[in-house]
Amino acid sequence: MRTLHLDADGWPGHRAGQHLDVRLTAEDGYQAERSYSIASAPDDGLAITVERLEDGEVSSYLVDEAQEGDRFEIRGPIGGYFVWDATDPGPLLLVAGGSGVVPLMAMIRHRAAAGSTTPTRLLYSSRSLDDVIYREELDELAGRGDGLEVFHTLTREQPEGWTGYSRRIDRELLEEVAWTASEGPKVFVCGSTRFVDAAADGLVELGYEPRSIRTERFGATGS
Amino acid sequence: METRDLRLDGNAIGGLLLELFGVELTASACVCGSCGMQEYMACLDVYVNAPGVVVRCCHCDAVMLRIVRAGERTWLDLSGTRTLELG
Repeated sequence: MRTLHLDADGWPGHRAGQHLDVRLTAEDGYQAERSYSIASAPDDGLAITVERLEDGEVSSYLVDEAQEGDRFEIRGPIGGYFVWDATDPGPLLLVAGGSGVVPLMAMIRHRAAAGSTTPTRLLYSSRSLDDVIYREELDELAGRGDGLEVFHTLTREQPEGWTGYSRRIDRELLEEVAWTASEGPKVFVCGSTRFVDAAADGLVELGYEPRSIRTERFGATGS
Repeated sequence: METRDLRLDGNAIGGLLLELFGVELTASACVCGSCGMQEYMACLDVYVNAPGVVVRCCHCDAVMLRIVRAGERTWLDLSGTRTLELG
């Protein structure tokens, strides 16, 4: 896992939740392209957090090889559906599986930078405590007492004395953490396809309107 | 990995659509030519592991859109889409 800060010529700025595409071109002209969520808040530079995937053509370069000063092609910002603005009304429910937390972190950072006190709950599923991205920053933000609550669940390995959740996200876990549907929260779910399907199905069972749940799926990784 | 793990959503091709159409399309309304349901592009089922990109209706599973690229050439098959909102 690595966060890269990009200096993009002519970047028009982005909204919290958007992503960009990175395109690498080899000397022989071969091109590889992947999408990465933007981790930084709007008006706070441009950063992506990249998880290195096994045999990942682009992620292995970005995580292991990219040096300060390297140049590569990006396309974006992309996305007008999976975006949140601090002026949006209602409580906010964020559900993250593994590196699906990245675009949701952009929302949380945007919320903090805007001084928003929108009641916000993040339910974040990771394999183990070591896999939790942005752990210290999330602890610090949740400790401010401005309406942000963070709930962790560790699905594979829990440290001794762990008091958080320790199972995959299901209807019961969502029922304990999520706002009730009648409170009309805005909902964003991001993770692997299986994770997103499980979370969205659980929320629908709890009475959420399917259309009120905004989802973004990525390949079969994460928790 | 199973086939269902390969199912992404329209967010995954936002960059490709931006390049082809010149506008952001993930929040655009699309109407399925088969069942007539209207949906955001971001909510449609997307498979990028096929030869090219295949977009299917998330309600009836009909193919709505196919995009195949080879070198500088691009083929776009919209025969399964009734309407696509362009900004």
